Amino acid sequence: MKTVVESLRVAGPPAYAVNGFDVERIRADFPILRQKVRGKPLVFLDSAATSQKPQVVIEAISNYYETQNANIHRGVYYLSELATNAYEGARQKIKEFINANSIKEIVFVRGATEGINLVASSYGRKNIKAGDEIVISAMEHHSNIVPWQMLCEETGAKLRVIPINDDGELILEEYQKLLNKKTKLVAIVHISNSLGTINPIKRIVDIAHDSKVPVLVDGAQAMPHTKVDVKKLDCDFFVFSSHKIFGPTGVGVLYAKEALLEKMPPYQGGGDMIKSVTFEKTLYNDLPYRFEAGTPNIAGAIGLGKALDYVAGIGYENIAAHEKELLRHATEALSTIKSLRIIGTAKEKAAVISFVIDGIHPHDVGTILDRDGIAIRTGHHCTQPVMARFKVPATSRASLAFYNTKTEVDLLVKGLHHVIKLMS
Amino acid sequence: MDDLRELYQQVILDHNKNPKNFGKIAAANRTAEGYNPLCGDRIDLYLQVEDDVIKDISFEGAGCAISKSSASVMTTVLKGKSIAEAEQLFKKFQKLITSEPGTEPDLKDLGKLAIFCGVREFPLRVKCAGLAWHTMVAALKNENTIVSTE
Ligand SMILES: Cc1ncc(COP(=O)(O)O)c(C=O)c1O
Repeated sequence: MKTVVESLRVAGPPAYAVNGFDVERIRADFPILRQKVRGKPLVFLDSAATSQKPQVVIEAISNYYETQNANIHRGVYYLSELATNAYEGARQKIKEFINANSIKEIVFVRGATEGINLVASSYGRKNIKAGDEIVISAMEHHSNIVPWQMLCEETGAKLRVIPINDDGELILEEYQKLLNKKTKLVAIVHISNSLGTINPIKRIVDIAHDSKVPVLVDGAQAMPHTKVDVKKLDCDFFVFSSHKIFGPTGVGVLYAKEALLEKMPPYQGGGDMIKSVTFEKTLYNDLPYRFEAGTPNIAGAIGLGKALDYVAGIGYENIAAHEKELLRHATEALSTIKSLRIIGTAKEKAAVISFVIDGIHPHDVGTILDRDGIAIRTGHHCTQPVMARFKVPATSRASLAFYNTKTEVDLLVKGLHHVIKLMS
Repeated sequence: MDDLRELYQQVILDHNKNPKNFGKIAAANRTAEGYNPLCGDRIDLYLQVEDDVIKDISFEGAGCAISKSSASVMTTVLKGKSIAEAEQLFKKFQKLITSEPGTEPDLKDLGKLAIFCGVREFPLRVKCAGLAWHTMVAALKNENTIVSTE
């Protein structure tokens, strides 16, 4: 397979990085944020569900369709080479962005969910047997619960769950106690989408490795907020979704250590994952293509590559500083509402704030805020066990990104006062 | 603002705070559970049906103001009605909350159910208002399965 890698370097730092962090200039990069919703300026506070896309990402996708569209890895003609270069260039970018050893470790999938399913189906079925145990935590997204449950049902393995405390932090002593000779995998979320908790992921990996247990990290919520270095973390698998890190939907990444991937059976069969096919025998392709059956989301991968460039241009230090200030401001401002209780008060927390208001169901909160142009998520956030743990049927959740402002947080608080007035 | 007031009318808010027929009835002979996976709303419905008449009806559960008040109002309306009447009302109610906003609503026979007319302005909330009703229909059929709005 011939893979030509496009030049990765951007010519000089982009404008937005030159003068430090200017949220208004950043907002100007996101066309959707200029919109009015129901006559009010859009206040988008649901980036944990999906993030908005900067103009450069939108343009990269339309440019691909306007000037490069062709199937990859196949044609010998000009456009196919362009498309292949752009697609493989994105893979190379991802490899550098998360500091993987090789592009062989970067598998394009549909998203975090598919990445986890791939590992459960391929690695799981091969290595996990009746009586074995898989350790997850009480704050997992359904996509890091259900694939393991399905695997357990199929193999007779058991799911063990690390409990969380009242602040929504993992209880590490309990985690340590759960590990034993039967443990075959730890699958754990890096940053919780419903509580905002940032887990001590490096420690979690180290503890598992002490018992020679591999670790899968669900990095869906980590990527938009924090620098991820898979080599430093030393995790065995890492998954994330493009759409949460300012790229398009329908594409994501499974990172896996080459030595593990090498021994994993294919996940799906089809085109592109094979070297040769006869009716007697099929020779599988090299890594990572063995795990990419069928025509992939080419434009999506290119868009993701551009999104990573964009994030790198802003810089995680700037993102973290701005979001920390937003989180502090939001926590303080929301705490002034007496009937409001924040769910998820971990010491290490991303700018994700779940809350409940006495006597008012989150669904009603969401509907009323929507009429003020404010978009928040309400419900169980695909983490029903978290809701059960905190004994609430649902929460309202404001999740912030680097393009949000303190003014928007203040509008949320004002909107919540309106909700309380209307519902009393 | 106006359509919000229309949705959250005082009567609806009152039923939300102090729901009628809330709890379990001992003599229930038809039950069903309704569930809205979108928001986690859950309702358990209990009916005591004799000679094709709903002698008693109650509900339990957690949900938003719309689903809870809809369940509450529904129980007050259906008590004493025949199964055929209940099913007829369900159809009329469903038609009301899914009717085109701005058109003249058909409120005939709906009585106090008319307060849910505002729901049609909020397509995302139609399922909330309909949950109790779908559950009721399932209970009458004595389907002891979980009814889902999805
Ligand atoms: C922590 C976490 N894991 C996994 C997922 C699943 O991501 P996707 O739906 O993009 O596959 C999400 C999305 O909400 C998430 O927040």
